[in-house]
Amino acid sequence: MTMQQIYLAIPLVPLLASIVVGLWGRKLPRAAAHWITTLAVAISFVASIVVYRDVMAGNTFNGDVYVWAMIGEVRMAVGFLIDPLTAMMLIVVTFVSLMVHVYTIGYMADDDGYARFFSYICLFTFSMLMLVMSNNFLQLFFGWEAVGLVSYLLIGFWFKRPTAIYANLKAFMANRVGDFGFIVGIGLVLAYFGSIDYAEVFAKAPAAAATTIDVWGIAPWSLLTVTCICLFVGAMGKSAQVPLHVWLPDSMEGPTPISALIHAATMVTAGIFMVARMSPLFEHSTTALAVVTVIGATGALFLGILGMVQFDIKRVVAYSTLSQLGYMTVALGVSAYAGAMFHLMTHAFFKALLFLGAGSVIIALHHDQDMRNMGGLRKYMPITYWTMLIGSLALCGMPPFAGFFSKDVIIEAARDSHIPGHAYAYACVLLGAFVTAFYTFRLMFMTFHGSERFRTAVHHDQEHEDATTEAAGGAHDDGHGAEHAIEPKESPWVVTVPLVLLAIPSILAGWVAIGPMAFGDYFGKSIFVLPAHDVLGELKAGWHGAAAFLVHGMQAPSFWLALAGIAAAAYLYLVNIALPARLARAAGGLYAFLLNNYYVDRFNDWFFAGGFRAIGGLFSNVGDRRIIEGIVNGSAAFIAWCGRLLRPLQSGYVYHYAFTMIIGLFALLTWWVIR
Amino acid sequence: MTPYLSLAIWVPIVAGIAVLGLTRDRDAGKARWVALVGALAGFVVTIPLFTRFDTTTSAMQFVERTEWIPYFDIYYHLGVDGISVLFVILNSLITLLVIWAGWEAIKVRVAQYMAAFLLMSGFLNGTFAALDGILFYVFFEAMLIPMYIIIGVWGGENRVYAAIKFFLYTLMGSLLMLVAFIYLYNKSGSFAIQDWMELPLSLRTQILIFVAFFAAFAVKVPMWPVHTWLPDAHPEAPTGGSVVLAAITLKIGAYGFARFVLPILPDASRELSGMMIVLSLIAIIYIGLVALIQADMKRLIAYSSISHMGFVTLGLFFFSVTGAEGALIQMLSHGLVSAAMFLWVGVLYDRMHTHLIADFGGVANSMPKLAAFVMLFSMANAGLPGTSGFVGEWLVILAAVKFNFWIGVLTATQLILGAAYTLWMYKRVIYGDIANPRVAALTDVSRREFWLLGTLAGLVLLVGVWPKPFIDVMHVSVIDLLGQVARSKL
Repeated sequence: MTMQQIYLAIPLVPLLASIVVGLWGRKLPRAAAHWITTLAVAISFVASIVVYRDVMAGNTFNGDVYVWAMIGEVRMAVGFLIDPLTAMMLIVVTFVSLMVHVYTIGYMADDDGYARFFSYICLFTFSMLMLVMSNNFLQLFFGWEAVGLVSYLLIGFWFKRPTAIYANLKAFMANRVGDFGFIVGIGLVLAYFGSIDYAEVFAKAPAAAATTIDVWGIAPWSLLTVTCICLFVGAMGKSAQVPLHVWLPDSMEGPTPISALIHAATMVTAGIFMVARMSPLFEHSTTALAVVTVIGATGALFLGILGMVQFDIKRVVAYSTLSQLGYMTVALGVSAYAGAMFHLMTHAFFKALLFLGAGSVIIALHHDQDMRNMGGLRKYMPITYWTMLIGSLALCGMPPFAGFFSKDVIIEAARDSHIPGHAYAYACVLLGAFVTAFYTFRLMFMTFHGSERFRTAVHHDQEHEDATTEAAGGAHDDGHGAEHAIEPKESPWVVTVPLVLLAIPSILAGWVAIGPMAFGDYFGKSIFVLPAHDVLGELKAGWHGAAAFLVHGMQAPSFWLALAGIAAAAYLYLVNIALPARLARAAGGLYAFLLNNYYVDRFNDWFFAGGFRAIGGLFSNVGDRRIIEGIVNGSAAFIAWCGRLLRPLQSGYVYHYAFTMIIGLFALLTWWVIR
Repeated sequence: MTPYLSLAIWVPIVAGIAVLGLTRDRDAGKARWVALVGALAGFVVTIPLFTRFDTTTSAMQFVERTEWIPYFDIYYHLGVDGISVLFVILNSLITLLVIWAGWEAIKVRVAQYMAAFLLMSGFLNGTFAALDGILFYVFFEAMLIPMYIIIGVWGGENRVYAAIKFFLYTLMGSLLMLVAFIYLYNKSGSFAIQDWMELPLSLRTQILIFVAFFAAFAVKVPMWPVHTWLPDAHPEAPTGGSVVLAAITLKIGAYGFARFVLPILPDASRELSGMMIVLSLIAIIYIGLVALIQADMKRLIAYSSISHMGFVTLGLFFFSVTGAEGALIQMLSHGLVSAAMFLWVGVLYDRMHTHLIADFGGVANSMPKLAAFVMLFSMANAGLPGTSGFVGEWLVILAAVKFNFWIGVLTATQLILGAAYTLWMYKRVIYGDIANPRVAALTDVSRREFWLLGTLAGLVLLVGVWPKPFIDVMHVSVIDLLGQVARSKL
């Protein structure tokens, strides 16, 4: 096989599997559904490794598969760009996807929509691969929207739950708001660069740096600033940045495997990947980079804080994802693209691990997700516990776990950058270290330590669980009675093996990859940084290998803040367990403010959803019905009125007509006589 | 040379007349089969129009020209170029699907129903293929009659009001167009559309003729503010009527702009393009918001059609290749997607006899196959990449951004609005728990319905994944058209 055929196989094999299982899934045995799709993704994974090794050997590829359309001189094609950036994403996407496929065999074992689920996640894998392999904006946009579609389908997988179909519509709409900016950005690219091919556009970027356009009619703006901000709006939707982050916590309505795959490891990082890919454009606009930095930093801290008050185990991890995406965005903003990609990779491993671990807990507790009903699970689920502990330590940035390296690179880059707003970003990511450690270990302690609250808890399950019992079949048919005794047990091997396999890179990926990725030239030409922005290059001066970095990192404030976070969590949730409730009461309004996501959801529902419906109603009832229809029906009525006015003249009686004739004759004669 | 265009026009008309011979109730079965065979033949004769089409020339192809009324220099003059050819084929295909769609749902006056659609199909093909003004006008008016009857006879409760409104609205406009035709004839001594394209006209004259044409074509599109007949016509029309109305007749309006307004009145078009752009943007945004709050599925899709047609008029009046090709491909795509949208509503209507959103909920539980189809078509309606709905919107948005940043921003709001009204409807109709016992009792799509929707699904995906062959067909003609607009007649 040539390399080109391998490139083609990577996305197409999962697509084919998805189509087969999607169309004939009901007729196939259940085992066939998971074998076909899992094998397909396994093939993609192996092919990705082959491609990775080929790229490491120095071979890159940029070519078209077919021409989608020729619009005059503009060529719109489907094609692949295979370089180190793509190769890394390929490995991450296919590996996590493969783990999730295996895990799903256990997690969804009794679900009625088994084949449908596998078809969807395989379709997702295809879409995501198309996105990362693209060599042009068209295919990027295709993958971009396609992953959004699959996310929509999967959040609403249990479509009988009102909350699920609310959440999936919300997710799609928030993403569409992002895509709205994104497509305008692509429009600007086409308008001013005359191409949508990455290579051509990037080649012209330095020349376009001085171009200005008149957007506001007041002062000219740099073309690249406007373009990059528009493109970044797309990233804000997909990668859930403030203020378009609202959909991600709700997306937890979807089954847990997809929370891990789509809403933690891969799809939500598409925005990060996109900005890194567009580095030749972003580099020429300090303004755009500053916007990216500030928005990322805001999410990194303030969305993380929300994770500190959640009780739903998946929501804690979801807010943590929002916060970590903020970290990556900060890295992009300070031009440490390689640092962002590095964190993207380690995060994909440990966050998928945490989600899948949370799913394992949820299975054990028969789909109760409330951490107040957990506790003491450590001895019942040792594999889940230890792997999640590894994931948690990695998330907190504890050395020597993977997250430590990638997060420290970001924090130091934010400190040493010269991009406006970097000081704010530095403060946010530093405080974020405390916040992260706190909510992570709050989760661990509430779930795995302390008293076994699941024995006494009334399993007041989320109301929608009842709706699920029919939709999803036995898996959720847990019949929550007060007498119901739960005896948690470790999950089957299909669930735990992916946990273990994800735990390994969660430990090692940072140590191994920091050298080549953050401080080496792994990414080579695929990421472009202006010398003036090259903060990683400056840090590189102090780089003396991973071991030295580790020792150095343990003296940095972020490490101590993280330790303080763990200690605080331990005090509040292991030692003085009555205190959190007292604190919550004391904080009152502030607590409610946090619990309600800063009331952003309520504002959006009222202002945007309600507002648009109100305007629509106004246009429909007043604009269309009263005014336009008033004129239309009014003109018809006017003609009818004229008719009624004239109708008496046509009475049909001969003597009326004769009389009229006589009067007429008389009038004519009179006129003739007196003329 | 085989007169393919005449065949495309007269095969369905002859078949329609033949079906009219089978009006007795016991002949209903026969009428269906004759109609189906006629429609199939009508479609088959259009296939060579695609396969034998020469994409390297902008000249009219498959031209037929014979004298019709020599005293007034009126010719039976047919021909197609890259702009019109796809719509002849699309129309013949949609007719075939519509005949098949009415197979079971229509139980009274079967022959008349089938005949109306066949006649309609012939008239529509004539409208797209006519190169003589009077011939165009005759077909243009003739097609009102079958549609009037379709809505008025097989329609819903308020069908008479809707039918009369439809008829008067469109007739009003077309009379002004006739006046303009006669003026052009007096000036040029010819009714040939191509002669009019060469005719020098002062700006003032051009603007007056523009107004007359606008009255005819803007109503057909329909453009805001002369759109209100459409949301009234759709809910009253039977499924087939809605399909043809949305998929084909609306295209006549946009086609009129491309065939008459732009090349015959280039200076007026440039002069008034600002107005056209503003009206199109109103169609996209205002109508998109109106669609959001509709309680009736067919009304919602009707408003969605107006909004999508806004992209067509918008794309045409940027006078750029990207915009014009986006507009034409949007016409094609809307023909497929709106047909599919009305067909699936029809599938539900046949079972529940309602198209109010509130009467549904949780249809996915009892009709999973339909739910999958509706998802695909809804996504196409929302312009998701990979479906045909994306291609036109993508190109027009790109053209809009190039034209002016803020117009681009306003155009792109379709991404948000289109998704909002389409998917909110999907949520309320298809998703959710079973809303009532009638929904629980629904049976999934039959084999016939499956293939109807499946055909359209395949085409929607084909155009979405590989639009190149379709764009290539129109490309040279579009370049020629834009050349004509750019050339002043003053």
